[in-house]
Amino acid sequence: MIIAKILKIPIGDWIETFFEFLNRNISSFTKAFSESFNNGVDNTIDLFVGINPILLIIILSIIIFFLSSAKPNRITKANLREKYSNIKFLGHFIAWFLGKTKIMIKDRYAIKMTIGSFIGLIFCWNLGMWELTVSTIVLILIATLISILIGIPLGILAALYKKFYRIIIPILDVMQTMPAFVYLIPVIPLFRIGKLSAVLATVIFAIPPAIRLTCLGIKQLPEELIEAANAFGSTKKQKLIKVQLPLAVPTIMAGVNQTIMLSLSMVVIASMIGAGGLGKQVLWAVQNLKVGAGFEAGLGVVIIAIILDRVTQRIAGSGKNKK
Amino acid sequence: MSNEKKVKVKIQDLYKVFGNNTAEAIELAKKNTSKDEILKKTKCAIGVNNANFEIYEGETLVVMGLSGSGKSTLLRCINRLIEPTTGSIFIDNEDITKFKNDEIIKVRRKKFGMVFQRFALFPHRTVLQNTEYGLEIQETDEKEMREKAMNALELVGLKGWENYFPEQLSGGMQQRVGLARALAIDPDILLMDEAFSALDPLIRSDMQDELLELAASVHKTIIFITHDLDEALKLGDRIVLMKDGRVVQVGTPEDILSNPANDYVEKFVENVDVIKVLTAKDVMVPAAKVFKKDGARIALRKMKEIGLPRVLVQNKDKEFVGLVKDTVALKAVETGNKDFESIIEKDVQIVNMDTPLEHILTLELDDVHPVVVLQDDNKKVAGVIVHSSIMASLAERIKGGTKEDDNS
Repeated sequence: MIIAKILKIPIGDWIETFFEFLNRNISSFTKAFSESFNNGVDNTIDLFVGINPILLIIILSIIIFFLSSAKPNRITKANLREKYSNIKFLGHFIAWFLGKTKIMIKDRYAIKMTIGSFIGLIFCWNLGMWELTVSTIVLILIATLISILIGIPLGILAALYKKFYRIIIPILDVMQTMPAFVYLIPVIPLFRIGKLSAVLATVIFAIPPAIRLTCLGIKQLPEELIEAANAFGSTKKQKLIKVQLPLAVPTIMAGVNQTIMLSLSMVVIASMIGAGGLGKQVLWAVQNLKVGAGFEAGLGVVIIAIILDRVTQRIAGSGKNKK
Repeated sequence: MSNEKKVKVKIQDLYKVFGNNTAEAIELAKKNTSKDEILKKTKCAIGVNNANFEIYEGETLVVMGLSGSGKSTLLRCINRLIEPTTGSIFIDNEDITKFKNDEIIKVRRKKFGMVFQRFALFPHRTVLQNTEYGLEIQETDEKEMREKAMNALELVGLKGWENYFPEQLSGGMQQRVGLARALAIDPDILLMDEAFSALDPLIRSDMQDELLELAASVHKTIIFITHDLDEALKLGDRIVLMKDGRVVQVGTPEDILSNPANDYVEKFVENVDVIKVLTAKDVMVPAAKVFKKDGARIALRKMKEIGLPRVLVQNKDKEFVGLVKDTVALKAVETGNKDFESIIEKDVQIVNMDTPLEHILTLELDDVHPVVVLQDDNKKVAGVIVHSSIMASLAERIKGGTKEDDNS
């Protein structure tokens, strides 16, 4: 037993020393950054909460309608583009808008989705959880945005460079399976409790699918297409921008969808370190054994999840939907 | 093709070995070790084994072999989609195996247009955008790019389909887009990797005809890969036959058919439908001729000389006029008819040098009424076809086949 004690590798000690070192040297900087970030997020949430809820819900519904309606027929689009190509700048927009409106009226899926979203959001408002709902949506979107901005470039690197792929895959495994509470511990002394800590914890948990699926989307392209791109003398950059990325879009969007879903599954845990929103309501309900309030907040999370899931799936699917 | 053939591509001592132990594998290959044995000894697969041949400017060279014979690997070595292990490839006398990455990109942009077996069209781009791809990456001016792409599309007969997407087109049309994409950059060399193998037979035959027309009009050097001997014979000015990475024979379709280099080639040739491959020039025999001014007496003497009941008549420019039968000529001599022209029979069956035997067999012919073969560029007589001449050339082929059986 003594031998076992002597031979124990002091990983815990090392990590503690490492974070103590960070704490001593950069925590003043990170804390300042955290503060301004938290203020920014709070102001954004206040801005949205300040808008009349019904008006905001209508605006959100219109955005959802545009995002979820199918892309116009590509030939119609090409014809429209041709037609308005003389009008600089606005021509593209007019063609896009006309194409959209043409298809919108026929697109029953988008109409159903919009009505569903509208009812769902009204429901959240009706339950008196509007501020919490807005706060959760804003945090989820920020976490998703950060995940995409970091995740997609990393995914591209992993697809193009084998060495990088070999390094990043085990790291992603750790990020996805390490219990979230474990990395909450060091985050708090560095960034204090607040929105930034919550976003960081969420990003760590939610970023892997964005990286993995971007990488997969590029790697799984038919060899012949890559060969064709090479045969005509494409540079690496041209190949990536003109062939690999556009063709990988459906898979990348599936990754974004997964990222959003994983972010949502973090709302309760993140609320422990200052995320606020619906997650905080759930946490409060658990601590006070309020079954009804807990369910209400839970339903709010479900509604947000379904809306975001369907919209992103629709965007991902429309890449393949060519008719 | 004239005698001064300009060498466009020269392939010299080219080896491609897949695996880690390339040096040893090449050493073994040089000692004539078989592909399987090399694989067993060195765990290396030989893709191309000491290829040496030249491709002339403007010709259509067909590389043919079964799958696994290394023909696609060879093609990809030529534009270095696959890096050759050793050896040289000269394009316009420049050894491209020594080129650096950015130089090879330039060569690919300027000199090569490639067409793929499964089309390899970009699904997210319209027909026009696909055709423009090669120009787009060269950052061609938009107007010029549009113009060149439209020309290429017109050339392959796809005008009006610019704004469709590849998946909306049939296989044959998709491959036309593939061809247009390659032609749009106006390359010196077209690389076609089993370009028609994925098409169904009728469309395939159409596409072959169109490629032949195209080859005649655009004067490009075409390197065409196929596993189908009929296709090779139809398209190729010359054929390179490959087996297990080795070049077995290089020659014109006729060379390959009449002088197969070894049993392997012979076995291939055996299965060819002779009737489709042989043409008028293969089965014709020299014809006896008299001039129009000669008259009936000389014609009769000529017939006696060659032992046939008829003779061909030509004018003073040696252009074919018609034929005279012995009975008619005899009668003219007996009755003292001096008008030779009046006894010339002008309703004669005429074919060109390249008319396939398949067609000739549908004509009625006998010793008195032969089929006359005229030279392609003028009306001079090249020869005649009679039953015996067809039989003789067929017999020769069949003898070739039985020889193979005797060996085995």
